[in-house]
Amino acid sequence: MITLSHFIVLGAVLFCIAVAGIFINRKNVIVLLMSIELMLLAVNINFVAFSRFHGDVAGQVFVFFILTVAAAETAIGLAILTLLFRNSNTINIADIDSMKG
Amino acid sequence: MSAQLLQLICFYAFSAVAVGSALLVITMRNSVHAVLSLVLTFFSVACLWLLAQAEFLAIVLIVVYVGAVMVLFLFVVMMLDINQERMRENFIQYLPVGIIVAAVMLVEMLGLIGVRAMHASLMGPDPAAAAGLSNTAWLGQALYTRFLLPFEIAALILTVGLIAAVVLTLRHKPNTRRQNPGDQVRIKHRERMRIVKMDAERPQESES
Repeated sequence: MITLSHFIVLGAVLFCIAVAGIFINRKNVIVLLMSIELMLLAVNINFVAFSRFHGDVAGQVFVFFILTVAAAETAIGLAILTLLFRNSNTINIADIDSMKG
Repeated sequence: MSAQLLQLICFYAFSAVAVGSALLVITMRNSVHAVLSLVLTFFSVACLWLLAQAEFLAIVLIVVYVGAVMVLFLFVVMMLDINQERMRENFIQYLPVGIIVAAVMLVEMLGLIGVRAMHASLMGPDPAAAAGLSNTAWLGQALYTRFLLPFEIAALILTVGLIAAVVLTLRHKPNTRRQNPGDQVRIKHRERMRIVKMDAERPQESES
């Protein structure tokens, strides 16, 4: 019997994997973007599970909007990444320090 | 009971694949392989959503996410010439920190969720079926009535994202001859031809 906690635990595990991915791949922007996608996926799992559990449609509608915004975010992020590679010939975060932030 | 047991077995199988491929995403040496692992993760999670009877979102996840966004990722990864070895320089150095942070977060989250809740909250009946609708109709009726304004705003966000991606990557090469439609429309007929007054000239005698 699948319970609500099964889905929440899976979401938590995926989220923590994504956080670990951000920590251990600090050089590669592409893997950072993919870790962000994993985080959004973990959140979406929670939304779907709670929506199903409470019988409320709002959770699934929210997943729909998260998918929309994540698609736009990915498109713009990859465009910035392409631009960055074209101008500085690297996507290594350690080399991208021209703004001295 | 056997159907429920089958569902549970399917849940564990799909979530094992999802977690395993998510681990591969963050540890793969080759970025292309990492993107393909991410595709596998999304696919397994879509199967899990099917188990939770969220059919529309599961199909959207596969068609839109795996079909469009991940292919975009693959395009970019294959287009960029990345030095894989330099990307992995400090991998071992950051590995313990990442594992510790992730493990602490996981323990905290599981503590919040609670072990007792594990057997308490069973999934109820499918709310869409209870309303006498399919999942898609259930979702669509809410989307086009209660959530109409957010839906329109989401469309606007997608349009802005599309234009932003084009504008960011558009490049004007200096040596190409391009049409400028603005100049073409703005021009007046007087400016197309210029009449120059000059004295009459006679061809020179060249045999002297």
